[in-house]
Amino acid sequence: MTSDTPAGRRLRVFNRRRSAPSRARRRFGAAVRMVAALALAGGVYTAFAPGALAEDNRPLSAAAQEGKALFDNSCISCHGRNAEGVEGRGPTLIGVGSASVEFQVGTGRMPMTRQEAQAERKTPQFNQDQVKQLGQYVQEIGGGPQLPSGSLTEDLKQNPEALARGGELFRINCTSCHSFGGAGGALSSGKYAPSLHGATEQEIYAAMLTGPQNMPVFGDNEITPEQKREIITYVTQQLQQDKDPGGLFNLGRYGPVTEGLAIFLVGITLLVFAALWIAGKS
Amino acid sequence: MKRRKFDLASVPGKTAKGVDERLQVATPLRGLLNKVFPDHWSFLLGEIALFSFIVLLLSGVFLTLFFDPSMKEVAYEGAYPALRGTEMSAAYESSLRLSFEVRGGLFMRQMHHWAALLFMASIVVHMARVFFTGAFRKPREANWAIGIALFLLGFLAGFTGYSLPDDGLSGTGLRIASAIMLSIPVVGTWLSASIFGGEFPGELIIGRFYIAHVLLIPGGLLALISVHLGLVFKQKHTQWPGPGRTNSNVVGERMFPRYALKQGGFFMTVFGVICLLAGLFQINPIWLFGPYRASEVSSASQPDWYVMFMDGLVRLMPAWQIDIPIGDGYVIPPLFWPAVVGLGALTTVPMFYPWIEARRTKDYRSHHILQRPRDAPERTGLGAMAFTFFVIATLSGGNDVIADKFHISLNAMTWAGRIGLVILPPLAYYLAVRICLGLQQHDREVLAHGAETGIIKRLPNGQFVEVHQPLGPVDDHGHPLPLDYAGWVVPKKMNRLGALAPAVKGFFFPVEKPVEAPVSPAVPPVAGRDQREEITSGR
Repeated sequence: MTSDTPAGRRLRVFNRRRSAPSRARRRFGAAVRMVAALALAGGVYTAFAPGALAEDNRPLSAAAQEGKALFDNSCISCHGRNAEGVEGRGPTLIGVGSASVEFQVGTGRMPMTRQEAQAERKTPQFNQDQVKQLGQYVQEIGGGPQLPSGSLTEDLKQNPEALARGGELFRINCTSCHSFGGAGGALSSGKYAPSLHGATEQEIYAAMLTGPQNMPVFGDNEITPEQKREIITYVTQQLQQDKDPGGLFNLGRYGPVTEGLAIFLVGITLLVFAALWIAGKS
Repeated sequence: MKRRKFDLASVPGKTAKGVDERLQVATPLRGLLNKVFPDHWSFLLGEIALFSFIVLLLSGVFLTLFFDPSMKEVAYEGAYPALRGTEMSAAYESSLRLSFEVRGGLFMRQMHHWAALLFMASIVVHMARVFFTGAFRKPREANWAIGIALFLLGFLAGFTGYSLPDDGLSGTGLRIASAIMLSIPVVGTWLSASIFGGEFPGELIIGRFYIAHVLLIPGGLLALISVHLGLVFKQKHTQWPGPGRTNSNVVGERMFPRYALKQGGFFMTVFGVICLLAGLFQINPIWLFGPYRASEVSSASQPDWYVMFMDGLVRLMPAWQIDIPIGDGYVIPPLFWPAVVGLGALTTVPMFYPWIEARRTKDYRSHHILQRPRDAPERTGLGAMAFTFFVIATLSGGNDVIADKFHISLNAMTWAGRIGLVILPPLAYYLAVRICLGLQQHDREVLAHGAETGIIKRLPNGQFVEVHQPLGPVDDHGHPLPLDYAGWVVPKKMNRLGALAPAVKGFFFPVEKPVEAPVSPAVPPVAGRDQREEITSGR
């Protein structure tokens, strides 16, 4: 598009090209510059690239080797020989990290029973040590997020505001799927956000860090580790312990749906029987 | 001075005489206290609504003593640690204080909410009774229309009350209400702006809903309930057909003492059940919803059950938007059809049903005797159709919770609701009509041939037949003379004819012999067992 370029300027450019060096000289110059650039790039790479990564078969730690044995038995058919994934069956595990493995395998979601909208929580197939070994293996071959060590909740004696802050963060980030009471909720096409009542602090932290199944990832730059600990504090100290009053039954905290069910199953049923009884006495 | 003897026994009589001499109330009171009410359990369903309304008034007055209907922002410093330091409106703060710090406050709040759910539930159940028994027919058409208006007022009372605590769920409901108003063509924006005092949510809505919830709507409810009951008194209660009952009398119990005592007892029962619900079942845990923020919407955000049918219709409505290219362009969003047109039609068209039915059947007489559902198959079918529609719409209002808890795809639930809403009501109509006709047929069969005895007789030619006990007189050959169809219970089993032990046992066994045992007017006294011939094998 040159319509806004003045005619004189266009002419000058044209003129300068006309007086450029000959074709042979231009080609020679380009070749020299190419060789120099390649030599520079190669030299810089050789100078800076760490030798360890150049090794093809990095030795696995003992735990990871145990994990690899488990992986080759139970995971390989869907996630592939080197966890690179199998088209149509399972995604690659390169980069998911041990946090993801510990969540998915530790809660029994993996290995999946069958291919469906979402893996369900069930009795884990592997014990705690085996889960750690699998996690170590996936961590060593592909890297990725890891669970931090230390306590994953805030101490409410020292930091009492953490509970309210965690509640606020929970309502902003979590309730739209897991619902206000952590009872879980439906997503589209058979997917769902599970109930949080059985979740441990490690599981909640790992879920936020890795975004398992249909959950989005809440990385450390979105929700800081401290905020994650506050949310976990709210879930484990407030929601799971069912501290709030209001009767013996909280009706699952599914909101007005179960309340509406209760008024018919309990209220109307009791009163219709009372009416039958009273009208029967004459 | 002479000491006069104090005669305690004459005090009530003397007092009554004194009152009557001054106020002349004996004659009207005698009429009132001797007024006769027919007795049947289904006539007590409306009373549940009346009594829960009384509980609503009482508990509501308690709540107003502590509630602050203001949207002023305050920082919470109360007893509930998981919200301490959070910015919230004074309305939400006072609701929390009411729940956690006022003695008995949470119980009263839960009582108020459960009573509201029960009020609406009993209105619907009572309405079903009135509809399916034809109690709305002339001269009671107006009372039927008032009943529908009461449902609508209760709906509004419930919605305004749901909005008052200003928690996350309330605000989400208000947001939807605002969206529904905005969806109305031409006037929508003005309507929403005038109700919310500008842009949603504004700072006025809680105060406005408060006055509507504690004064205007309950005033309307109270007035309509008074007219509703006044009309029942004036027009007298309907009764089931039965011995001695005609279209021009009322058979039952006198208002005083028996009926009044029963009603008093039933009020206590209703009160007790509401207390039981309030004490045992948590309802609307507002502290978990948090203060309302437009960006925080929890999953499973539903209205209370009596608004859920509207929510369900909105969820099922396909995304059909109508663009009208006039001026800058008008848009009728899909929300308009289920939420405005749907709600309007579902609450006004039923009001006119009594007149529609009278016109269709050309029956303009007064009816004081009820019909059993089977004796008006088309009306029963229509009612089954309407309730199927209502139930599907209501279930669809909670379809995300159902989908999640029963592991069904939410998309499948939505489509099941869409298809079900079109297909199931006509199916319900067909089934209900067929069932009604079948039941009628069976009644007529028993009237013509008698009740089955369970005794099998072998005829000389080897044929086996069952012996039937005729309900009425027989002709010369021993065949029962056909009896008229009376539209009331036909005894179909031998124990209903007094041949065996009473069918009603245990707790529900009547203390005395019921005045109106469910027997047909045409039932003859049945002969005792010893008069019958012994059945042998025939050898």
